[in-house]
Amino acid sequence: MEIEMEQKILMGNEAIGRGLVESGCSLVSSYPGTPASEILESVVTFAGETETPMHIEWSVNEKVAYEVALGHSYTGKRSAVAMKQVGLNVASDPFMRSAYLGVTGGFVVVVADDPGPHSSQTEQDSRSFAQFARIPVFDPSNPAEAKEMVGRAFELSEQYELPVMLRPTTRVCHARQNVSCLSPEVLSRKAQFERNPGRWVATPKFLTDLHRQLNDKIDAIAGLVELYPSCVKGDGSMDRYCIVSSGVAYANTYEILEDLGFIGKVDLFKVDVPYPLNRHFIEHITSEYTKILVIEETYPTIEMQLSNRAIAGRISKAVPDYGELTPEIIEKVLKAFLNVPGKGEPDAEEGGVRPSLCPGCSHRAAFYAIRKTFPKGILPSDIGCYTLGMNLGAVDTCHCMGAGISQGAGLYHAYAADSSDYPTVVATIGDSTFFHAGIPGLINAVFTGARFIVVILDNSTTAMTGNQPTPQVGIMADGTPGNTVYIPDLVKASGVRFLRESDPYDLDSFISTLKEADRFCRSDEGGVAVIIAKHPCIMDREARKKQIRYRVTVTEECTGCNVCMKQFECPSLIFDEASEKVSVDQNSCIGCGICSSVCPVGAIVAEEVGGKK
Amino acid sequence: MKQQIIVSGKGGQGVLFVTRLLAEAGLEMGLDVLTAETHGMAMRGGTVISHVKIGSFKSPLIRKGLADTGLFFTHSNVAIHSSYLKPDGSRVVNTDRGGAYAAIDATKYAREIGSLLVTNLVLLGYAVSQEALFCDEAVMKKVIKEASHPRNVDLNLRGFDRGLQL
Repeated sequence: MEIEMEQKILMGNEAIGRGLVESGCSLVSSYPGTPASEILESVVTFAGETETPMHIEWSVNEKVAYEVALGHSYTGKRSAVAMKQVGLNVASDPFMRSAYLGVTGGFVVVVADDPGPHSSQTEQDSRSFAQFARIPVFDPSNPAEAKEMVGRAFELSEQYELPVMLRPTTRVCHARQNVSCLSPEVLSRKAQFERNPGRWVATPKFLTDLHRQLNDKIDAIAGLVELYPSCVKGDGSMDRYCIVSSGVAYANTYEILEDLGFIGKVDLFKVDVPYPLNRHFIEHITSEYTKILVIEETYPTIEMQLSNRAIAGRISKAVPDYGELTPEIIEKVLKAFLNVPGKGEPDAEEGGVRPSLCPGCSHRAAFYAIRKTFPKGILPSDIGCYTLGMNLGAVDTCHCMGAGISQGAGLYHAYAADSSDYPTVVATIGDSTFFHAGIPGLINAVFTGARFIVVILDNSTTAMTGNQPTPQVGIMADGTPGNTVYIPDLVKASGVRFLRESDPYDLDSFISTLKEADRFCRSDEGGVAVIIAKHPCIMDREARKKQIRYRVTVTEECTGCNVCMKQFECPSLIFDEASEKVSVDQNSCIGCGICSSVCPVGAIVAEEVGGKK
Repeated sequence: MKQQIIVSGKGGQGVLFVTRLLAEAGLEMGLDVLTAETHGMAMRGGTVISHVKIGSFKSPLIRKGLADTGLFFTHSNVAIHSSYLKPDGSRVVNTDRGGAYAAIDATKYAREIGSLLVTNLVLLGYAVSQEALFCDEAVMKKVIKEASHPRNVDLNLRGFDRGLQL
């Protein structure tokens, strides 16, 4: 029995995590990525607080996470997988097929989208991906609703034996709200996998029938009365007009209409399930209204299902067909649609400070050394904190998880075909990204005879997303020990014949390792050279205590040449316009002392003051 | 009670922590709360902003020109984020210079206390003392005690108190 417990302030991701624990879900897997990272972490927290036994894991990538959760559902138990929108690209293979084969225990796929985008490679709309796969998708407008929709998604999933998607956006994931928390539902299900090769193996001859079954399920869901969009009715004075919205765009639209005096005047529909859009709703909208405005993020998923030429929306460009729908943009759109005078506040440019690698980050030392050693080198990179190496001119590409190594091979083959005097290619990749998607690229590069350097930036954590542990750390999501998997073992097993480990804090030694690697690549027996740049993330308090600390100052010798500002780019180095000299911001400097090796005239002085080797 | 607040600063300055304190204070007072935050790469020293909406709202975002109060942990953000405030909205700014707003050198006081990490709490205390926020001192102190890491409770309260006294 569910009892109302208490109101808590929860972030959208925490609300989703709480919803998963409350729904009797017994396995949750994920791979971290903004804006979805906190979902799994809060499952750990709430499962612990409520003493709910669950298997919770950070998997090595989203495809693996998806398959782990899917296998769990085959036994009749409830499971969920959480990821960011581009994670679904990685998991798309199992995702597409799971719609055909279906599930047994409730299976919820949480995919966090990032209109804007604030922290992603694309602003793709996972609702369109759900439509492509033909699975239902919920679109919450705030954290409380996101939590409630987790429960609805599990029920729908079990009723139709289909994966069901919950698609929050950044603004829901990272909003906080007072949310009612209930005690977890206890399902006490025992694992029971029923062998059924026609379904679970599903060779092509079974698939046309499974496809038909999938279509029947979706048709049935599209007719469900309980999924008919709710309506804030108008007074009939604008009976040809209606506005249809979903997700956080609905919340903004509502508030703006309220301020403009249109709530209670024009019909406003709220869509909870954008796909499949309720069939009777589609008939109603297209037959009853001639002025229809659809406001949704980020692709025209609802709009395309309404398929009516009279619609003002992303296709007609009444709503901008890219980008986040900020309140300022929605206000402008509404005023134009409702013929309200005034343009609305302009969406002013915001400017501000760009992010950069933390003071003392070992990636900075590695990037500085790589660029200095190979001024003409081509430097593909990957996704993580270290993408910020672009500030130092040491990141030339960043595409998607794991792409840097494979792109490095492609770059090498292109140049090597032209001349034996090809530029050195150095691909950088973080430790977690290497586990996620770097290994196949490395094997491929070795196998196809590419000759370039791969630097694995191993700071023993997944730093960008909040320091989640990697398989090499060997600690699982809930803090219990797992089995450790070592990066050097994987590199060797991939057939790499040059492997060195070096701490980039020791610049001289790191640079000579880079040179040695380049010589190996170009030697008769050369191939892919791997250097593991090993130094813990300085966000790790304990690791930071263990390193030697220097007091760093700048002497009068400083010529204001700006070499340190441009090539080292540490936020603790400040250029003073008045004196035309550099100084050190002692508030943020952690005393790594590396910048003293960077100054061409030796004006940056580092004096040892503490810490230990 | 309805109040819209922006919290503006750079990644690492504790913008998220203050956002959380304001949200918890709203809950403590039995009010509805919605906030919006910046996460991800910008947290590495980039410009960040949080929106806090206390009372009955549907959207977590504040529209330009509608915020009642702005807390600025970095002076340079005043130029960037002031557009969120009402013309008569109150701005509480961490700066060693004066300005046409409630100015306070929170960094200096935090350094005196012994940790720059409490700069945000000094500014928060000052904002409460200036009656720029929906909540009073007692509510905020209770929330700070509950939300702080046990190791930091005393330090955070000292920072907050210092701001209150200014």
